Amino acid sequence: MVAHTTSTKNISVTIRVWRQAGPGQPGKFVDYPAKDLNPNMSFLEMLDVINDELERKGEDPIAFAHDCREGICGTCSLVINGKPHGPNRAIASCQTYMRSFSDGETIIVEPYRANPFPVMKDLITDRSAFDKIQQAGGFISVRTGAACDANATPIPKETADLAMDAAQCIGCGACVAACKNASAMLFVSAKVSQLGLLPQGQPERDTRVLNMVAKMDELGFGSCTNQYECSAACPKLISHDFIARMNRDYLAASFRSAFKGKPAVNSGGGA
Amino acid sequence: MAQLNSRIPSGPLADKWRKHKTEIKLVNPANKRKYKVIVVGAGLAGASASATLAELGYQVETFVFHDSPRRAHSIAAQGGVNAAKNYQNDGDSVHRLFYDTIKGGDYRAREANVHRLAEVSVNIIDQCVAQGVPFAREYGGLLANRSFGGAQVSRTFYARGQTGQQLLLGAYSALSKMVGAGAVKLHVNAEMLDLVLVDGQAKGIIVRDLVTGAITRHAADAVILGTGGYGNVFNLSTYARGSNATAIWRAYKRGACFANPCYTQIHPTCIPVSGDYQSKLTLMSESLRNDGRIWVPKKKEDCEKLAADIPEEDRDYYLERLYPSFGNLAPRDVSSRAAKRVCDEGRGVGPGKLGVYLDFADAIKRLGEPAVRERYGNLFDIYHEITNENAYKTPMRIYPAVHYTMGGLWVDYNLMSNIPGLFVLGEANFSDHGANRLGASALMQGLADGYFVVPYTIGDYLAGIKPGSRPSPDAAEFKAAEQHVRDLNNRLLNAKGKEPVNYYHKKLGKIMWDYCGMARTKEGLEKALVELPKLREEFWAGVNVPGSGDTLNQALERAGRLADFIELGELMCRDALTREESCGGHFREEYQYPDGECKRDDENFGHVAAWEFQGEGKPPLRNVEPLNYEFTKMSVRSYK
Ligand SMILES: Cc1cc2nc3c(=O)[nH]c(=O)nc-3n(C[C@H](O)[C@H](O)[C@H](O)COP(=O)(O)OP(=O)(O)OC[C@H]3O[C@@H](n4cnc5c(N)ncnc54)[C@H](O)[C@@H]3O)c2cc1C
Ligand code: SF4
Ligand code: FES
Repeated sequence: MVAHTTSTKNISVTIRVWRQAGPGQPGKFVDYPAKDLNPNMSFLEMLDVINDELERKGEDPIAFAHDCREGICGTCSLVINGKPHGPNRAIASCQTYMRSFSDGETIIVEPYRANPFPVMKDLITDRSAFDKIQQAGGFISVRTGAACDANATPIPKETADLAMDAAQCIGCGACVAACKNASAMLFVSAKVSQLGLLPQGQPERDTRVLNMVAKMDELGFGSCTNQYECSAACPKLISHDFIARMNRDYLAASFRSAFKGKPAVNSGGGA
Repeated sequence: MAQLNSRIPSGPLADKWRKHKTEIKLVNPANKRKYKVIVVGAGLAGASASATLAELGYQVETFVFHDSPRRAHSIAAQGGVNAAKNYQNDGDSVHRLFYDTIKGGDYRAREANVHRLAEVSVNIIDQCVAQGVPFAREYGGLLANRSFGGAQVSRTFYARGQTGQQLLLGAYSALSKMVGAGAVKLHVNAEMLDLVLVDGQAKGIIVRDLVTGAITRHAADAVILGTGGYGNVFNLSTYARGSNATAIWRAYKRGACFANPCYTQIHPTCIPVSGDYQSKLTLMSESLRNDGRIWVPKKKEDCEKLAADIPEEDRDYYLERLYPSFGNLAPRDVSSRAAKRVCDEGRGVGPGKLGVYLDFADAIKRLGEPAVRERYGNLFDIYHEITNENAYKTPMRIYPAVHYTMGGLWVDYNLMSNIPGLFVLGEANFSDHGANRLGASALMQGLADGYFVVPYTIGDYLAGIKPGSRPSPDAAEFKAAEQHVRDLNNRLLNAKGKEPVNYYHKKLGKIMWDYCGMARTKEGLEKALVELPKLREEFWAGVNVPGSGDTLNQALERAGRLADFIELGELMCRDALTREESCGGHFREEYQYPDGECKRDDENFGHVAAWEFQGEGKPPLRNVEPLNYEFTKMSVRSYK
């Protein structure tokens, strides 16, 4: 009797992968057989095995982004069978295991398809647009060493917890990939809400939301039409309530800045 | 022979840092903008340093191999960050944090550095809260703390199980602000492949753009490395797959001393290996040990049985038996070795019998399942996701895994290496944890180095340099270093052997784990020192790196990093062999007390070993920096 591991039967699948040599180049799907896989193998480990075989033959391995392999760094970014991060809810691609697939299945693996995230090679896209949005206002300006005692301003636990819910975003971009308009509202609203909920974030609350949204628009992300595919694909289940919160903040900030008669631009400029 | 002047300020322990700050040279504010500083890495250490130096007015250029600074491996830290705030009024103080860190490090760290770390720990929390880091709070709105990794006070600040993520995103936001303001020039997908020395001083780096393959030269007045730890030498570890030693290793080959490379930390509670395809080991938070009980069957023949079929009297709760006062909370190195011992006796459980049980049955009985779910629900979920097992019903299986490297480039009190102008921060240096790191102290050190130490101490070096004297990246030294990098890459690309990079990485991992892992022997290390040079040759002759160097080529990235890991592995074994004692994470079977505890030899090994490269094919030189314990007494660490 085997005392451990519940699924023991190995499976074989075919992986249909998007191969594209470089940015702007034509791409195509290529099939790779993956045989006799332990169901407890992760999806990325399955790709490792295929790649080892390709490298052994001197063929170009499948390029895919990954790092922590535990769902926190936000690097992995596969679209598996049409879904960003694959079939399971609330996890990243790297936390997908082969037991989620059935023997004999053909699994389609693609990069994110969204204009602001151009493909760099195979399954890797360029998500630097997210960094640029962050640079436009995703911070609280506090010089190192200028802070007062950490307990000087108590923050109600519920507020801190809600800020933490928003702060959990891993910047993976699945929300953008899942949205038919390639909107980045979920990502942006998570940061805007985290900082806007906290007392430390109040002084820059208006400029932050105005500048981040302006940058988002400038970089070609689409608008939100309330379909909420984003939060369904989000590995951290960031709630779309934050989008509503950001919209309120944005309106209020636009109103106030119109009254001040000053364009709300970040003195630091863009990226 | 390298000059190792630790530059520890004189005077009473608690005054050293304050005094040093008033005595070191300052750079005139108007001159700061004339100096350029290169920072490699944007983990906690690199991001905090980049942001702070830019705020001070220096020109900063930051390089990361990741596609965004937010992806640095610091993001994965779970448990928390220590600080001597004493918010819980439980008797904590700077001195107590200092003392715990020194003792935890098994008396192999510098007193002065550790005291400074404890002092600035309090500023870190202030800084992070001001940045909007959503630390856990109590109902009254004040910051919550927990006791972590066996500490007897509650000094650990945390943000759910994602403390590293939140601290890194805080530092990333500070960095982003400065990038947006044009004060930091950020290079992503940019891997440093060599350090450039001009007249013996660090003046720049050679970088490969991982997307286009372009190799470029970058000059500066000083170079800072915050490039993280080297645990992936072992192939399987809790590190991110991309974490690597290339930056520090190539700096070592340019003359920077590598201190205590053999000091590695093995974390006791990780999910065991399930097959040879495995690419990484996942850490399960140590907090599980607060309520879980660790055991293995008393009898070997029971190991194949289901846990539920093994009656209470046939279970060996070995940590509770061996360490009655600390029990399941014994320190990391102690618990890890105990797990290895019982598995070596053939009493391990699970695939390959490399696992021990972490059992919550008693906790569920005592507290009820909802309370256990409330405390550890997310960890039970992670466990389920990876193993497909339900830990509410059957015990978890855990096994130790490589988790942290205390060794790193040698630095003085200013965090400058023996190469003038080369500063090293965070896990990449060796400075503060001695032979073993306490839980929640790496995050503290990374941020201390980056926010509160190097921004001052770098001035001491820069003030001695004429503004505008920075060499041009077209200088001969830069061109030679660039050529060196190209040659190395071409050698890898032209090997056209038969095996993928991973094949050799697995082999390296096995040698290191077997001979330089949790327990080391003279015999084993000598064997490794025969096998590793062989592996190195096999690798260079047999690796197959498809494609070319002028495109995105992940196989080439991995190959270059592995080439360095193989060499570093050799140095680790050499260091482990020559350190004829056991201390902290370095356990030599020959040197132990009858109860299996580390037997230190303070007289002969109460020092830092700082290895110096002597040229290819030549044995490195072992330099020594004596550790003078002026304020604490080196005593036997006991957790009985
Ligand atoms: C799973 C896990 C959990 C942990 N939990 C805790 C905890 O609870 N508390 C705690 O205190 N510590 C913890 N640690 C340890 C701690 O996370 C690390 O020691 C610390 O975050 C290291 O930070 P760093 O800034 O030194 O390096 P890293 O965060 O590793 O950053 C390295 C940076 O250097 C860059 N880089 C590296 N090489 C190059 C190169 N050649 N060229 C260009 N860029 C390069 C990378 O892109 C990255 O930006 C944990 C570690 C692990 C593995
Ligand atoms: S909101 Fe969710 S899906 Fe979007 S970037 Fe953040 S974690 Fe990823
Ligand atoms: S690899 Fe880090 S989130 Fe998937």
